[in-house]
Amino acid sequence: MAYVAGLSRIDLSKEEEALFQSQLGKVLEYAQELQKVDVSSVPDTPIDPNLPTNVLREDSLRDSLTAREALLNAPKQANNLFIMPKIVE
Amino acid sequence: MQYEAVIGLEVHAQVKTNTKMFCGCKNEYGGEQNTHVCPVCLGLPGALPTPNVEAIRQTILTGLMLDCRIAEVCKFDRKNYFYPDQSKNYQITQFDMPLCIGGGVVLDKYAFPKEVQKEAYAAEGKKIRLNRIHLEEDVAKSFHFDSESGIDFNRCGTPLMEIVSEADMRTPEEAFAYLTTLKRILNYGNVSDADMEKGQMRCDVNISVRPVGQEKFGTKCELKNLNTISGARRALAYEIQRQIEVVSKGGTITQETRRWDDATGQTYVMRSKENAHDYRYFPDPDLLPVRTDKGLKIEAEAKMPELPHKKKDRYINELQLSEYQAEVLAADKALADYFELAVSGTKHGPAIANYLINEFLATEPDTANILIPAKHFAQLADLVANGKINSKQAKEVLVDMLSSHEEPVKIVEKKGLAQVTDLGALETFCDEAIAANPKSVADYKSGKLGAINALKGFVMKKTKGQANPALIDEILQKKL
Amino acid sequence: MSLHTLTIKELRNKLTAKEISPKDIVESLVKRIDSVDGKIKGYLRVNAKDAFAQAEKADISKPLGGIPIAIKDNIAVSDEGCTCSSKLLENYVSPYDATVIRKLKEAGAVLLGRTNLDEFAMGSSTENSAFGRTHNPWNLDCIPGGSSGGSAAVVAADEAIAALGTDTGGSIRQPAALCGCVGLKPTYGRVSRYGAVAFASSLDQIGPFTKTVEDSALVMNVISGYDQMENTSRPVDVPDFTKSLNAGIKGLRIGIPKEYFIDGMDKEVQTAVKKAIDWYAANGAEIIDVSLPNTEHAISVYYIVATAEASANLARFDGVRYGRRSPDGTDSINSYSKTREQGFGSEVKRRIILGTYVLSSGYYDAYYNRAQKVRQLLRRDFTEAFKKCDVILTPTSPTAAFKAGEKSDPLSMYLADIFTIAVNLAEVCGISIPCGFTSTNLPIGLQLIGSHFDEPRLLLAAHGYEQGHDWFKKKPSL
Repeated sequence: MAYVAGLSRIDLSKEEEALFQSQLGKVLEYAQELQKVDVSSVPDTPIDPNLPTNVLREDSLRDSLTAREALLNAPKQANNLFIMPKIVE
Repeated sequence: MQYEAVIGLEVHAQVKTNTKMFCGCKNEYGGEQNTHVCPVCLGLPGALPTPNVEAIRQTILTGLMLDCRIAEVCKFDRKNYFYPDQSKNYQITQFDMPLCIGGGVVLDKYAFPKEVQKEAYAAEGKKIRLNRIHLEEDVAKSFHFDSESGIDFNRCGTPLMEIVSEADMRTPEEAFAYLTTLKRILNYGNVSDADMEKGQMRCDVNISVRPVGQEKFGTKCELKNLNTISGARRALAYEIQRQIEVVSKGGTITQETRRWDDATGQTYVMRSKENAHDYRYFPDPDLLPVRTDKGLKIEAEAKMPELPHKKKDRYINELQLSEYQAEVLAADKALADYFELAVSGTKHGPAIANYLINEFLATEPDTANILIPAKHFAQLADLVANGKINSKQAKEVLVDMLSSHEEPVKIVEKKGLAQVTDLGALETFCDEAIAANPKSVADYKSGKLGAINALKGFVMKKTKGQANPALIDEILQKKL
Repeated sequence: MSLHTLTIKELRNKLTAKEISPKDIVESLVKRIDSVDGKIKGYLRVNAKDAFAQAEKADISKPLGGIPIAIKDNIAVSDEGCTCSSKLLENYVSPYDATVIRKLKEAGAVLLGRTNLDEFAMGSSTENSAFGRTHNPWNLDCIPGGSSGGSAAVVAADEAIAALGTDTGGSIRQPAALCGCVGLKPTYGRVSRYGAVAFASSLDQIGPFTKTVEDSALVMNVISGYDQMENTSRPVDVPDFTKSLNAGIKGLRIGIPKEYFIDGMDKEVQTAVKKAIDWYAANGAEIIDVSLPNTEHAISVYYIVATAEASANLARFDGVRYGRRSPDGTDSINSYSKTREQGFGSEVKRRIILGTYVLSSGYYDAYYNRAQKVRQLLRRDFTEAFKKCDVILTPTSPTAAFKAGEKSDPLSMYLADIFTIAVNLAEVCGISIPCGFTSTNLPIGLQLIGSHFDEPRLLLAAHGYEQGHDWFKKKPSL
């Protein structure tokens, strides 16, 4: 749970962690039923054959926002940059 | 024990398009901070991506140039990781169904560093196999301050292709040649400017060492922050040495990501394997699959350029260039285009190649933006071929032309070089002048050196001002 | 005259006859909102001044000219907030219009205000809102359904003429059923999602809440169609959805999936739906048994696919470019973790974590990949069923509205979506219309399901039933 919360970038309190563990455990247990479904008739391709293809955009310019509009909601900004706490790996 | 290195490269190249990969913002290097941005590339709530057809065509063209198989159908996936230079905290990329599969890059002798071009291995024409090429979106630029960071999203979402090689390289020089050849081909297709110093081409390296003769790969490290082609060569040379030292002392290599520092000439640990990412790839439900067999591949094929090695062969066989000349010109697409413009309709291939390589390149021109009209080079070669000027004088004209950008015939006129071949006529005029001005001759001979000007004036009048004064001066002095 | 009680159709007739002006409608609605929304709490924000200004300029020659419409607060409107009922987006202002909003504006509609929802549309009760729960107009102690509970409640309580919502697993149809109005989830790709804050991209659709089926058709006429800003919107012709409404249900083949009449379904709901089937049969429709065997897996598939997509879709809420950033972050990583801890409510966190888990290394095949395959089977079920029938009839929800706070266990809440979820997974269209009331005077909804892009027949079937009954004329007493 701590690993997944970390991947999700969500801090959890100990209580929340325990609660989610049991709640999600139940949901996942319920979802185990999928293991019993016979899916052999579904082709093993990652592309859904029902989807249309090649809906593409021509390479022509559209209006961009101004820097002022872009930064309108920035929690912090300076010199037209979004400012945030120091980036770490 | 003898060791050898095993090297594979992941090259990211920015794709040349008007607009970004998934929105209509301008794809441009630089630009005022956060002005090439919109709800899509800023990842605003509710905004959705739409794929740029030209970026897909350009990537297919790259695949064609590099001899890849073009996938009939491909899709986009989400690569999930949090990092502030990504606006959505996932990157749209291609995971298990890339646009281009396989392919290879043949290392050209002249793509190796100069000092090793004579080595036998450089001439081998070794082929570095490619694993794949896929298309994805680039990240934003971040700036680091004391306790904070700043982000400019102009680059965020611009199209980027990742060209992944097999681990076929064995030396830093091969990696150098690979990058040089790759950059050249990308330039040829006009798919990327691929300038590493501008960040248009970036490369990550996987490298391991093993005893010669051993088949199994050693433990690999990934190198990052290689900002120039020669920097990549230096980094590899260092890292190979480092790994050999560790292994030959009985140590083991740890699988890790290392950062090259060009200033200190060393690599440093960035992160170990334990901190490896769990990217949680899955197909992007916002984007439909792309089929290349419905016209896209044909459209890309139509843009297929003559590739560098083909061009080189043609220069040698049809334009009678030397191998060296052909290689130097073919190495630079812009220069080659210019050369072909200059040479068209003439038979002066070797001469023009010579002017360009020996004199023009020495001026360190921006070959993409040459201001001298190409026909000037042809004209210069004509003047020599027709015997109007000799080759020594041609060089003088060329030097002038490179700085003044004037037409060679004008320069010849300006310098009076055109008359030079008519030395006999000039001598006759001088004789006439001496005969017609005995007083001036006498004055000159008595020490009034200025008297020679009258004689010069006589000759100038006779030649309607077209003679070279210095030359007349020379002849008169000799005769007197 | 109480204009707020009228339908789009009725108001449009009065507007074009110049009996009333758009301002009159806004005035009537604003009064209504003032008097009842304190109890319902369907709206998060009503900008009366702006609504009057829009009404002033409204071009009544346009299809929705002068008609006030409420918008779920997860659809972007330029220069307005878009909170998604999340603390994280409390102060966010959208710099752009969603495609549906652009279309509504072009059609002359008046945007009246923004309605409450379960945070980021995750929920079935509108209890998961950072700004308080919405109350069911028929019984204020009950939930209005969700996630578009605010939109359903304001239409049912005559606080709006129509509203837009989003539907990922029933978020339009279920609240429509529980509040007693008409809610349509269009075929996936029929309406552009551009500007609707994504929950699960492969399932989300925007659709209308209205008082009648005809009004639903009128709104659909405006919001449907291919959008070059949205890759999954489909280039399919948009017919005039009102044209076929009166074609009659005679000969219409109505499929009844045996798997949908499950044990544990509320008896009153079962009775009401059975009566509806009888009515169709009595009025010339053909009742056909169909089978949707994979429906039993719909909830498992849904909670894997939807949460996986959501875990990525909601990653962008990190407090860098917008959103309320936690003041406690000292570097980029803990700034994210604290911003998201403090900004998201429990249900959102729970679903992001579930979605992250099912995609994580080593679990992808067992969960996500498998769920996608079962989804294909489910889609085939529908394809097969629609070879035999024109529309499929089911209850919308297994129960009528329940009391707030009654379902605290997430799994039991998820199970309540059983009838609606399969429709999203199969990407077909569905509508909920009132089909009766419980003994405690709570509305019961009937769900009709149409094949891909077959909204015309779906609307015809719904309109036929609606006009044969008086349910839609019944109003809650407030």
